[in-house]
Amino acid sequence: MAEPTRARPAPGTASGSAAPAGTRRGPLARGRRAAAPYLAVLGSRARSQRSYRVGFGVDLASSLLVGVVELAEVWVLFHNVDRLGGIDFAQVLLVFGLADLCFSLADLAFGHCDTLPTYVRAGTLDVFYLRPQPLLLQLVTSDLSLRRLARAAVGLAALVAGLVVNDVAWSPATVALLLVAVASGIATFAALFVTAAGLQFFLLDGAELTNAFVYGGRYAASQPASVWSRPLVVVFGFFFPMAFTAYLPALALLDLPGSDWLPGWLGWCAPLAAVWAWALATLSWRTGVRHYRGGGG
Amino acid sequence: MRGSGRTYWRLLVAGFRRGSTYRLAALGGLVANATFGLLKVAVLLATVEAAGGELAGYDAARMSAYIWLSQGLLGSVNLFGRTDVAERIKTGDIAVDFLRPLDVQAATITTAVGQALFALLPRGVPSVVLGALVVGMATPDHPASYALGALSVLLGIVLSWATVYVVATAGFWLVDARGLQVLYMVVSGFLAGLFVPIWLFPSWLVALAQATPFPSMLMYPVDVLSGRVEGLGALAMVAAQVGWLALVLLAGHLLTRAGRVRLEVQGG
Repeated sequence: MAEPTRARPAPGTASGSAAPAGTRRGPLARGRRAAAPYLAVLGSRARSQRSYRVGFGVDLASSLLVGVVELAEVWVLFHNVDRLGGIDFAQVLLVFGLADLCFSLADLAFGHCDTLPTYVRAGTLDVFYLRPQPLLLQLVTSDLSLRRLARAAVGLAALVAGLVVNDVAWSPATVALLLVAVASGIATFAALFVTAAGLQFFLLDGAELTNAFVYGGRYAASQPASVWSRPLVVVFGFFFPMAFTAYLPALALLDLPGSDWLPGWLGWCAPLAAVWAWALATLSWRTGVRHYRGGGG
Repeated sequence: MRGSGRTYWRLLVAGFRRGSTYRLAALGGLVANATFGLLKVAVLLATVEAAGGELAGYDAARMSAYIWLSQGLLGSVNLFGRTDVAERIKTGDIAVDFLRPLDVQAATITTAVGQALFALLPRGVPSVVLGALVVGMATPDHPASYALGALSVLLGIVLSWATVYVVATAGFWLVDARGLQVLYMVVSGFLAGLFVPIWLFPSWLVALAQATPFPSMLMYPVDVLSGRVEGLGALAMVAAQVGWLALVLLAGHLLTRAGRVRLEVQGG
């Protein structure tokens, strides 16, 4: 771990002649200083997980298996039929890979929001309020589940396999589409976790209610959305924009037409879906935090 | 076994009443079950249609019955691997349980089953009603299917909690049994036929699933209760459930005895 308080010279200052060095170093150094406490906390979380070697090994293996079994669930269906919802197994690999990679990376950072009810019930959330850091950032950095990287690896493998076996017309546009889709997908899933966390302030015992759209959303994201009924299209196509995380970008990558309600060109709109998801998340989180009245300690 | 039958009956009732106090949790569970159910309907009915209207003995109505019965049982059959006793083993509170004039394994499973039976009311029945109303489903031809189905569901619930208890006893030897719990969750759901009926698996995977107790927790009860399997076939499934239950209970008993010694060595 680098010494947290001292800012290194910004990389651009040595060769950068366009702007005076002083104006560049200022904000960057301030940024580093602001991030230092979070980096220190995250570093310690990562180290603490690796120190229980057997437990960490079992955790990694379990997470890997989660991804493999989820892929197997999709494969079993395509073992019985050639095409489902207008796409074949090779194409669904792309959908599954995008969905699982994005979800597991969002889960890595934001999945820990699930434990909010435990903190509220035990009264330990009040401690978070005493520290001079934003509540949500503290919650996010309070744990970092490295084991979830194993699951992301399965998603990445499926995505790469999907890109190789399918006939993708590579161009700068498709590369941009892929990168934008992954970034937006991660943001959309992260927003789902935050939305759920905001609702937990009200639900507490009913925490499972939010599983309907967090984990139900993950399940929905890896499906060919063309098989959905109209209500599902409304809920998981647009309100919780799960179709935008994987299915629609995959259609756009493969240049497939899609269905009436979910045409392929919508794949380009994944960033809009992410913005919408974060608007929901911000609203939910703010309302939740305002509602919270402390543990009574 | 220590303690009288009356004591365990009271534990069962206490578990049932405990379940009844968490109403919001029951509602949350129902909403989650129904959402997953609708997603399963979309993808599985599309699969049946793509296969030409019938797949491995499932038509649309039978598939719908499978989906909503399995979603309804999800609140009662433990496919998550989480249990209070695992936490008590981790903290050492289990030492207090050993002092009570009760068999720890029997008392734990009885209380949990009581709670699980309650969950059938707020989560099981509404799921099935919702499925029947919104999607429609096949019903058994023979009234005997209901009686045998009820027995099979009960066996499935008890078997799942008895198996989770066995997983929890690993905590006597491992400091952190969480990875094992996740492992249980992943494997049990898949092999119990939670997302896809195991009869849609390739034959080698069906054989693998049947070599584990997991289909006895969910797949067999759903098959018997929905009337998909009748007569001797249904009886064979119930017999397999009884066999697995005996095996798992024995394993739990032996592991509890061995773990108790281990706990005392640690100074509990």
